[in-house]
Amino acid sequence: MAAPRAGKTNNEADQPSSPVLRFGPDKPLKLDAGTLLSPFQIAYQTYGTLNDARSNAILVCHALTGDQHVANTNPVTGKPGWWEVLIGPGRIIDTDRFFVICSNVIGGCLGSTGPASTNPATGKPYGLDLPVITIRDMVRAQKMLIDHFGIEKLFCVLGGSMGGMQVLEWASSYPEQVFSALPIATGARHSSQNIAFHEVGRQAVMADPEWHGGKYFDYGKRPEKGLAVARMAAHITYLSEAALHRKFGRNLQDRETLTFGFDADFQIESYLRHQGMTFVDRFDANSYLYMTRSMDYFDLAADHGGRLADAFAGTKTRFCLVSFTSDWLFPTEESRSIVHALNAAGASVSFVEIETDRGHDAFLLDEPELFAAINGFIGSAARARGLTS
Amino acid sequence: MSVNGSQRVDLEVVANLIPPRSRVLDVGSGDGSLLELLQDTKQVDGRGLELSQRGVNECVARGLSVIQGDADKDLEFYPDKGFDFVVLSQTLQATRNPKLVLDELLRIGDRAIVSFPNFGHWRVRLSLFVNGRMPVTKDLPYSWYDTPNIHFCTIRDFVNLCEELGATVEKATALDGNGQKIGLSMPWWFWNFFGQQAVFLLKR
Repeated sequence: MAAPRAGKTNNEADQPSSPVLRFGPDKPLKLDAGTLLSPFQIAYQTYGTLNDARSNAILVCHALTGDQHVANTNPVTGKPGWWEVLIGPGRIIDTDRFFVICSNVIGGCLGSTGPASTNPATGKPYGLDLPVITIRDMVRAQKMLIDHFGIEKLFCVLGGSMGGMQVLEWASSYPEQVFSALPIATGARHSSQNIAFHEVGRQAVMADPEWHGGKYFDYGKRPEKGLAVARMAAHITYLSEAALHRKFGRNLQDRETLTFGFDADFQIESYLRHQGMTFVDRFDANSYLYMTRSMDYFDLAADHGGRLADAFAGTKTRFCLVSFTSDWLFPTEESRSIVHALNAAGASVSFVEIETDRGHDAFLLDEPELFAAINGFIGSAARARGLTS
Repeated sequence: MSVNGSQRVDLEVVANLIPPRSRVLDVGSGDGSLLELLQDTKQVDGRGLELSQRGVNECVARGLSVIQGDADKDLEFYPDKGFDFVVLSQTLQATRNPKLVLDELLRIGDRAIVSFPNFGHWRVRLSLFVNGRMPVTKDLPYSWYDTPNIHFCTIRDFVNLCEELGATVEKATALDGNGQKIGLSMPWWFWNFFGQQAVFLLKR
């Protein structure tokens, strides 16, 4: 149960145990914050083989605390890849057929340049000296990675939650390079409530005395308590009231009666504490601040004069959106408003709402209806793209 | 949302009105039968709008481009003349506001194809006349209190509505109980009496 301890993530930040592409001073990353990031690096994983026509590439975009290890054992946690139920040889996204790419986002902490990476100017981690990163910045970096592979058009870009935001950004920024797009459990903007939850998480991190204004590396410390609390609060939003009650109810943890104290009397408390503790072993606190901020800043309609349909004007990309009935972080209405915008733009769009009580995190789980939808969509897109099975 | 699933004899008739490689929106696409037929035989660029989530999920799993939505609420999001054909098959009578829906179809599509069960069919008339109760026939199997068909009309009613909306009837076909076309030269009253279903091709 115990994951490798601190320090490990720091190594992964500079020397990831996955391929890494380094961009020198001649190829800076233009950031929405108005500055250039240079040098910078992108850590990524690939699975399968790029065909001769370079037409079978699928880009997977990870969520808030995800990473590039989508379909291989995670080097930090030792757990299976976060979407191994979906991606792999013979799976729905068959790596015997498709060339799957997944990269750690800019601002992350598993090898792409982020606040835990060493700032070449100081020889110390960037910390808060790294400019705020946006979803569009992440996508711009991914585009440079895709260009590196010589891929002119991605067969599909898919992802859930923050990954879904990247999918939407890809389809909007580079429509000619996205044949099909599959944003799952996401929105075209972060709602006020979602920003509120993120702010609670950030304040928890910053309230931890070990945060040291983001310079905890200088003190050989990490704001573990603050980050754990942030994760606990966030984790509740990934589930649903019904699922929590089904799993935990008011069951007591290793005891017969209430203790009349503040121990973890209830199973749900113990569960959340465990979630918080294991999270700090694999994630950098500053990176958590940057990741949450990137989602808060995302508002695709605002980037297009307030009209979401204009973000997709003239698009030829085939879209499929998926939402889950019990997702209160990105409720179905968020997906539906994207669907309406795509309709208005005359786009080809499918939209599936899946009934489940597993909340937002359903997109990461074994959901047969989700897999059926992805399978049908990818299959028909592959036929349209002329990819043989 | 196609309400009378068992009696889709109109599908072939509808499909024959659509030339290859058209852009088609099927409103109330049900299980996707028409879209699949059109995609396989006419290579159309087809989209669907369907009320039932189960229908939608099945369609998408079969590779069709379908979204969950309501003909009464969601047509407003489609741009003017975004499609060559908008099809409303066996669904008009189940909408809340058939006039508005038809108006939207004519706005969104260069042409609209509408099929519906004819409430003026002699069997319906006979049933009401003889029994004095709301007709329940083999093809209209619901009781008045649980029917999704809240806005039945006759062929003549529909022709009047088209006139009101300034739509031109480019082609009209009435089908008898066996799904056979009724001779073209017959007058409206004859169709209205013997047509069990009607398929209209409209333009505005």
